[in-house]
Amino acid sequence: MTEVFPPDTVRCDACPVLCYIKRGHAGACDRYANHEGQLVRVDPHILLDRAKSQGRPLVPFLERDSPWDGQLLAQRETFVTAIGAGTTYPDYKPAPFIVSSQVDGIDMVTVVTEGIFSYCGVKLKIDTDRNLGPERNLVRAQGEPVGHVTTAEYGSHMLSIGGVHHLTGGSKSEGRVTCETLMDLCNGKEVALTIDDGARITVAAGEPPVVNGQREQRMRVGCGSATIGMFAKQWFGRVDEVVVVDDHITGVLSEHQAGKMLGVRETGISIQGRRSTPGRYFQVALPGTGWGGTNISDPLTILKPFKPKFAWPGLRLFMVSTTGEQFAYYELDEALRPIEKDLPNVLQESVTRIRENCEPALTTVLFMAGAGGSLRAGVTENPVKLTDSVKQSLTRVTAGGAPAYIWPGGGITFMVDVSRIPDNAFGYVPTPAIVAPIEFTLKKSDYANLGGHMESVRPLEEVLSEKERRRQVASPRNPWPLKPRTPGSHE
Amino acid sequence: MRDPAVIRMLPDGRRVHMNDGPIDLIIDANGTAHAIRAAYEAAARRFVSILDELCADLPLLRRRSTPSSPEPSGSVARRMAAAVSPYCTEHFITPMAAVAGAVAEAILSEMTRVAELDRAYVNNGGDIALHLTQHEHYGLGMAERPDSPSLLGSVQISADNPVRGVATSGWRGRSFSLGIADAVTVLAGTAAAADAAATVIANAVNLPGHPAILRVPANEIAPDSDLGAIPVTRDVGSLSVHDVDLALRNGQQLAGELRDRNLIHSAALCLQGQVRLVASSQYAHEFDLSPKSLQHA
Repeated sequence: MTEVFPPDTVRCDACPVLCYIKRGHAGACDRYANHEGQLVRVDPHILLDRAKSQGRPLVPFLERDSPWDGQLLAQRETFVTAIGAGTTYPDYKPAPFIVSSQVDGIDMVTVVTEGIFSYCGVKLKIDTDRNLGPERNLVRAQGEPVGHVTTAEYGSHMLSIGGVHHLTGGSKSEGRVTCETLMDLCNGKEVALTIDDGARITVAAGEPPVVNGQREQRMRVGCGSATIGMFAKQWFGRVDEVVVVDDHITGVLSEHQAGKMLGVRETGISIQGRRSTPGRYFQVALPGTGWGGTNISDPLTILKPFKPKFAWPGLRLFMVSTTGEQFAYYELDEALRPIEKDLPNVLQESVTRIRENCEPALTTVLFMAGAGGSLRAGVTENPVKLTDSVKQSLTRVTAGGAPAYIWPGGGITFMVDVSRIPDNAFGYVPTPAIVAPIEFTLKKSDYANLGGHMESVRPLEEVLSEKERRRQVASPRNPWPLKPRTPGSHE
Repeated sequence: MRDPAVIRMLPDGRRVHMNDGPIDLIIDANGTAHAIRAAYEAAARRFVSILDELCADLPLLRRRSTPSSPEPSGSVARRMAAAVSPYCTEHFITPMAAVAGAVAEAILSEMTRVAELDRAYVNNGGDIALHLTQHEHYGLGMAERPDSPSLLGSVQISADNPVRGVATSGWRGRSFSLGIADAVTVLAGTAAAADAAATVIANAVNLPGHPAILRVPANEIAPDSDLGAIPVTRDVGSLSVHDVDLALRNGQQLAGELRDRNLIHSAALCLQGQVRLVASSQYAHEFDLSPKSLQHA
């Protein structure tokens, strides 16, 4: 052929049809496509294989091995995920796949669908002591409000992103950007966010957060006071005073119960801020991204002059942040002023110990959504029965094979750790709403009892026989979704 | 890099799956174990060369069929050309419109040539060639849309019924359509005939110039499409009940003519939840449209 095709058109040589494939399109087989100028194989629907052994991340369904030898292939235990399964919304029709299989001699049914969720969002847990911004302040992506700051938890800050009001209640671009942000977060992509009167952050599921350009390393082991309690014995006798600087509770060894118990001598130290109980101080500085989540870069600014009645020249003072990332060592001169000195080796050890006890700082992303009536109608003709069955733990809910936590109370509101779901499982529709996989697995007899679409149940083998399925080894972190469960159990 | 053809038993131990490039077959046969094995082996032997054969004729198969079109060389290609020739004066059609049905038919005829089978089918991505003897019959599920497994209803085909081919076409399917039907399922004497007829009927379910329909020249999507710059349907917005009815009538009229010319046996036309049947009254009972699917209408 002598025709001239647009640049980026690739010619597929996977078969003699030799399709010319334009960027973003698939060939005649729908199995090969042009992804950004590269010929790639696309297999949209994902099946999870229960791996007997690890080390095979992706196995193509259509094994390109020797020609058929007439032998029956050994059947692996396979779970059909909803990733790429499609959806029947808004029609009240049976879910796209209702699959029966035998597990340990019990007939199980898995109802597989992709839910279209406008009532959904993610909760971000960002492991950092640095202040991200005041509670309730808006979190923005590309300048659009996409969520807000909720609470600080132990060593972490929580953000709520998405929710129906950002998705559909605001301007068109607010909805679009919210949808994009949710999808990226759920698919493990990096997202840049800003918080009103707060920090600029870059977050991705399972990765350390970047706060104002600084990558977090470690979570604090405890608040300043707790750190004093944990390490008091190791400091005793090696240093006269220790201050653990923390935005929440700054701890002071000589005044702290732990120091008193060891018989640590009074040092005449005097701290800025509000004393809570002995050796514990609130608000020693403003929140920030400096020492221990405060705004300070010089720890001496939280100290008032030492009281001459108790202090003495040569007094050894050690100041450290709750993560051990910042530390300084001083000795008092004749005028009882702290003079910075090199950190003695014995104290270096305790800095190392504090760091060791600080776990890696991560951003974790929980997707949270409510399964609406029409989604439930795809499972059963009487949606409330599905809710009941889930509440009674007769039905296991998974998302892409990952276990979902079901919020108590009415409806089926679930939360799932996106890092346990296969890659790129989340999509969107222009509504805007998020498309997420959801599977309901239960005994076939229970399915019949709750008014399931029994006429649409298909054997697993039939689903496996269809083209365009992608097999993937199930994550060892997740319980096997097909394991028959006993009522009342919640794993 | 040429991917080799895949020929494998499905996990049910009964059916065979064959794949080569865009050809994807599911084959089932009933008979003695010996006959089934012989039939599957014959199918496999025929299958491995079929795509290369077709590709040798590809330039011709992608050209518009006319009364003076040259005869292709390969036997499957000739089946394709023959299946589309009844339409070539009044419609734009290329032999590619019958490729799926013709391949299914060719494999099935090889199976029945070497073995005595009670019944068998070759399903090529929804275009199906059937073999039935004596008191055998097949029940087939009909999809409302080719991209969704939700069933519209079922069709019963027994040995005394002349239907041996079933095909479905629509704009949501793998091939391009000029029309807006979600699915047109055709029953005909052969799979290639059903395939060609489903294509032209699906093209006829149409509302020319309607603003809710997005059409794009075929070669803007697939540069080497047999349809060249002819606009093909890429999206259909929500249509009024009246418009759906009008579009279906257009298809129904053509389907009726094809039935009268004995080119097809019957057809079911689906568009946005509405369904129309074209069947001679003696065979209307073949279609079982479940009440659930009819409530959309």
